[in-house]
Amino acid sequence: MLELRSVGMRFGAVEALVDIDLELGASEVVGLMGDNGAGKSTLLKIVAGNFAPTSGVVLWDGVEADLTPLSARELGIEAVYQDLALCDNLSATANVFLGRELRRRLFGVLPVLDHAAMRRKSAELFAELGSDTRADDLVRQMSGGQRQAVAIARARLSSPRLVLLDEPTAAISVRQIAEVLELIRGLKEQGVGILLISHRMSDVFAVADRIVVLRRGRKVANKLTADSSPEEVTALITGAIEAA
Amino acid sequence: MTGLRRTPQSLWVMLTVAALAGVMSLVSEPFASADNIFNVSRNFAFIGLIALGQTAVIATGGIDLSVGSVMGLAGIVTGLVLGSGQPLALAAAAGLGCALLCGLVNGALVGYLRLSPFVVTLGMLSIARSLALVVSNNRMIHDLGPDEDLVLALGGGRLLGVANPVWLLMIAALGAAAWFRYSRLARYVLAVGGNEVSTRLAGVPVARVKLTVYALSSLLAGVSAILMIGWLGAVTNALGQGYELRVIASAVIGGANLMGGEGGAFGAVAGAALIELIRNSLLLLGVDPYWQGAFVGGSIIVAMLVERVRRAGQTAG
Repeated sequence: MLELRSVGMRFGAVEALVDIDLELGASEVVGLMGDNGAGKSTLLKIVAGNFAPTSGVVLWDGVEADLTPLSARELGIEAVYQDLALCDNLSATANVFLGRELRRRLFGVLPVLDHAAMRRKSAELFAELGSDTRADDLVRQMSGGQRQAVAIARARLSSPRLVLLDEPTAAISVRQIAEVLELIRGLKEQGVGILLISHRMSDVFAVADRIVVLRRGRKVANKLTADSSPEEVTALITGAIEAA
Repeated sequence: MTGLRRTPQSLWVMLTVAALAGVMSLVSEPFASADNIFNVSRNFAFIGLIALGQTAVIATGGIDLSVGSVMGLAGIVTGLVLGSGQPLALAAAAGLGCALLCGLVNGALVGYLRLSPFVVTLGMLSIARSLALVVSNNRMIHDLGPDEDLVLALGGGRLLGVANPVWLLMIAALGAAAWFRYSRLARYVLAVGGNEVSTRLAGVPVARVKLTVYALSSLLAGVSAILMIGWLGAVTNALGQGYELRVIASAVIGGANLMGGEGGAFGAVAGAALIELIRNSLLLLGVDPYWQGAFVGGSIIVAMLVERVRRAGQTAG
């Protein structure tokens, strides 16, 4: 589905990414790990279309893709950002549909928001995700796990094929982390590919099929989760092990 | 229910208005007279109309300080075109056109060039007032031309005992309430005020949303100016001077959050009613009118403090 071939990214004199190869298929969860500044977020932004790589190519279904935020979304790539990018003052439903509101025509002419249809659909999405988030609740009043559910429901709305998750379990409680991991498994079951950035070793080992480790912009490992261990990955991240 | 579950601040303000009116009708004989009620309602209609637009601006997290001056410019231009013998329709179009232009300039600078709304509209406050002086050569306009009677009837007349501006305000408030509830643009207005970055990431044309609300705010200031000419029977350069404060106070008292993301139509109207009622009450109670500015200014600050306390209570709860 997604394939990166020797992708590099250079900001002036800084080489943020060097010669990265990466493949990701449907229903596959890839955990992207690395220390701060290793290039994880840069890589995610390239796939989301926010950055154009300075070298190498990105392929989508085997075809070279020139990604912009808009074209990435049209291809079925949805990014869920670390700060979640939600509007606190709006309801869960309003956030799920932000920028993609459903409308009906009043008296056959005047387009108005179709509150009922949007509420129904978002309630459906939360049920699918197994989340207790209520469609009418304001995001301001929600727990971290519920916010994640809103962000993921928003990504799900367009039936994406690839979801990019940036630190979805940062800064939330243990119980909520379990909820979020459940959300990720739910997406996988529905055939969605997932690129997961996380600092939390236990989360990545809980849901990822494969782990890719970046160190100072270079890929130092690409291993099946089953063939690795948290100790090995930690060593790869810090550089105690050169590569695996 | 809607995208935004509104706290019933507009309801509280309406109750306060009712309570204050009740007390005033007991302590002051002239308060409940038909003439006084008529005057109070008409006076707040001018403010309330502009406060509807201001509420939309504030809901995006912005502010429009230029509404009073835009009123002045729109009024002067309308008056000059009327005085030159043109019909009302043409004069109103000219006045509203000028107002709209001011709003588009505000909105383009805030939306597309991302300049601070405070600075841009403060600049426009000065520019529009100055332009009004330039085009009128600082003359008062008494001659409203052949359509004078029509102008006076429009802004000064009444229908079924209610002043025309009040009718217009009621229609506009209902329209604005429906707009806030059902239009996609209003949803975007609240979203931009809630989290501008995420709204942009969601593909919403944020700059265009801002352009629209500033244009709307100025346009309503223009409408209010034209009605006011009919009430005053003349146009002076001081038309609308200092109104920005009353308009902003109305919106804020009515629940528009200066941090953005909150605001509603009925709140704006209720806020305008409360401010006018307080002004009127002070007058009837014999308080020196020089105090009015202190009360209007103080009410903005108090409204913000109440909001802060309410917010703190929510977070703690």
